[in-house]
Amino acid sequence: MENNKNIKADSYYKDVVKRFLSHKLAMVGLIVIIIELICVILLPIIFNMDPYTSDPTAFNAAPSKAHFFGCDDLGRDVFARLMYGGRVSLQVGLLSAIISMVVGIPLGLIAGYYGGIWETIIMRLADIFMSFPSMILILVLVAIFGPSVWTVTLVIGVLGWTDFAKLMYGNVLTVRNKEYVESAKAIGTKDFKILVSYIIPNAFTPVLINFTFRMAQAIIQESALSFLGMGVQPPMASWGNILYAAQSIVVLSHRPWLWIPPGILLVLTVCSINFIGDGLRDALDSKMTIKKK
Amino acid sequence: MGKYVLKRLLVAIPTFFGITILVFIISCLAPGSPLELLLADPMATEADRAVLEHQMGLDDPIVVQYFRWLGNMLRGNLGTSYRTNLPVSQMVLERLGPTLLLTVISTVIAILIAVPLGIMSAYKPYSAWDYISSGLSFVGASTPTFFTGLILIYVFSVKLGILPMGGMYDSGTRSILSLMKHLILPAAVLAIFNIGSILRQTRGSMLEVFQEDFIRTARAKGLKERIVIIKHGLRNALIPVVTVLSTMIPFLFGGAVVAEQVFGWPGLGNLMVQSINARDYPAIMGITVVIAVAVLIGNVVVDIVYGFLDPKIREKR
Repeated sequence: MENNKNIKADSYYKDVVKRFLSHKLAMVGLIVIIIELICVILLPIIFNMDPYTSDPTAFNAAPSKAHFFGCDDLGRDVFARLMYGGRVSLQVGLLSAIISMVVGIPLGLIAGYYGGIWETIIMRLADIFMSFPSMILILVLVAIFGPSVWTVTLVIGVLGWTDFAKLMYGNVLTVRNKEYVESAKAIGTKDFKILVSYIIPNAFTPVLINFTFRMAQAIIQESALSFLGMGVQPPMASWGNILYAAQSIVVLSHRPWLWIPPGILLVLTVCSINFIGDGLRDALDSKMTIKKK
Repeated sequence: MGKYVLKRLLVAIPTFFGITILVFIISCLAPGSPLELLLADPMATEADRAVLEHQMGLDDPIVVQYFRWLGNMLRGNLGTSYRTNLPVSQMVLERLGPTLLLTVISTVIAILIAVPLGIMSAYKPYSAWDYISSGLSFVGASTPTFFTGLILIYVFSVKLGILPMGGMYDSGTRSILSLMKHLILPAAVLAIFNIGSILRQTRGSMLEVFQEDFIRTARAKGLKERIVIIKHGLRNALIPVVTVLSTMIPFLFGGAVVAEQVFGWPGLGNLMVQSINARDYPAIMGITVVIAVAVLIGNVVVDIVYGFLDPKIREKR
């Protein structure tokens, strides 16, 4: 019986990976993200790009051989800014999703495992946070702490804790009273060890799925903040703050090279990450349906 | 049913207090006391300061300050804006209508498009149609609202010149026709963003319902396919869809902030951005509380609709 279980657990993860790899859209998403990462990390180094210096002969220049994507109102090369901006946008997305996870998981664990007063406080708090439009809380907090890459990352990250906490909480509730947890308790295993070796691994896949969606969401939130002028501050570039220029009607109608590329990159990135998340969810879900039958 | 409605309302009360406490704590984090802003006069002495501090009640314990603020708010007094010197409640009331109009209309549009598409996808799953509609809704949900807005303005206002770029009315008129013309683009932006999640949920729950025995029974009875789908299928599939709507409400208001900014729509979100740029804290706090309460009311309404749709939920809670 024990042996049987082992084989099953092993093949389950193999199955998930296999199913994920056969999910076409998720694969496309993964490839796009990898290419994008390689581009934003390596291209600026290889071609020695400079997103800050202005070319005095090229204010608002249309795309040409010297500047593939044209120049902005200060004569800065748009392609260089797109690459550097991509670094910033992806970094904010990744870091704030990590922060959300690091804040949310322990809170969800505590609420679920210890129950009682902790459960009430943490889960009610999550309800209150979830009933706020997060965009508005983020705007207010960023305004108070002063907009910069780090405050934006931190605020988006911390405010994203609720999904992870709810997920973890639900997961703990389903395993809390399983025999293997009870028996671990009975032989005097420390709470911390039970959480780390029995409960957290069980929630690994749903957390990973949520992580991808959280990251996509964070990238959108950062871009919206920067578009409103409350996010990443110039001269630093992010895809959102390159788009800030399009608030001017002249730029919007006559200089599409300034705002269409960063927008397309944003959509491509967020879409790809969402596809990856979707692929993961499908890979996990089919196991559920098999189990049900 | 009355008991159920009352219960939902009572549950909302602690959340309301939680929201006000949270907003109050945030306002305490704000740098610079209101005093410094009002007392910009360099000739003011320490004594003037103390008098003003006492008048404004800033020397009271923080808990007293919170309850005073809460009491004022419950009586409809949200304070005075630093920026305009108008009562915040008056500013908020002027802007609430346009925001509610925008969010409600965009939700209705999103439902009217997403639910039929979702049913069609579920009726023929994995067909070309299914892939196209879910693919497009995915792209819609992955596009930041401001970018959708910019594209729509570029296409319909700049290139085609058939729809206005922003604002709520043409100058000098308050006609419904003018309002509708101005509403199309911002409402479309919010709808496009939300169609995806409604469509996915409709498709998912319809797929499940289609496999139920009562659907087979209805078909076996020889009922028309349309009646089987709408009356037996959709009614049962709607409950999860209503849940998605309730989780969408906060996002709707958040999305409205950005959409209103792009289109210069004179709503709460627009006022919010103006207030934030001016560091007008009384206005920021007032708007935040009003929006949070609007979300809360929206959730209670959805809960009640839920109870109507599903008698089981009414009994359980």
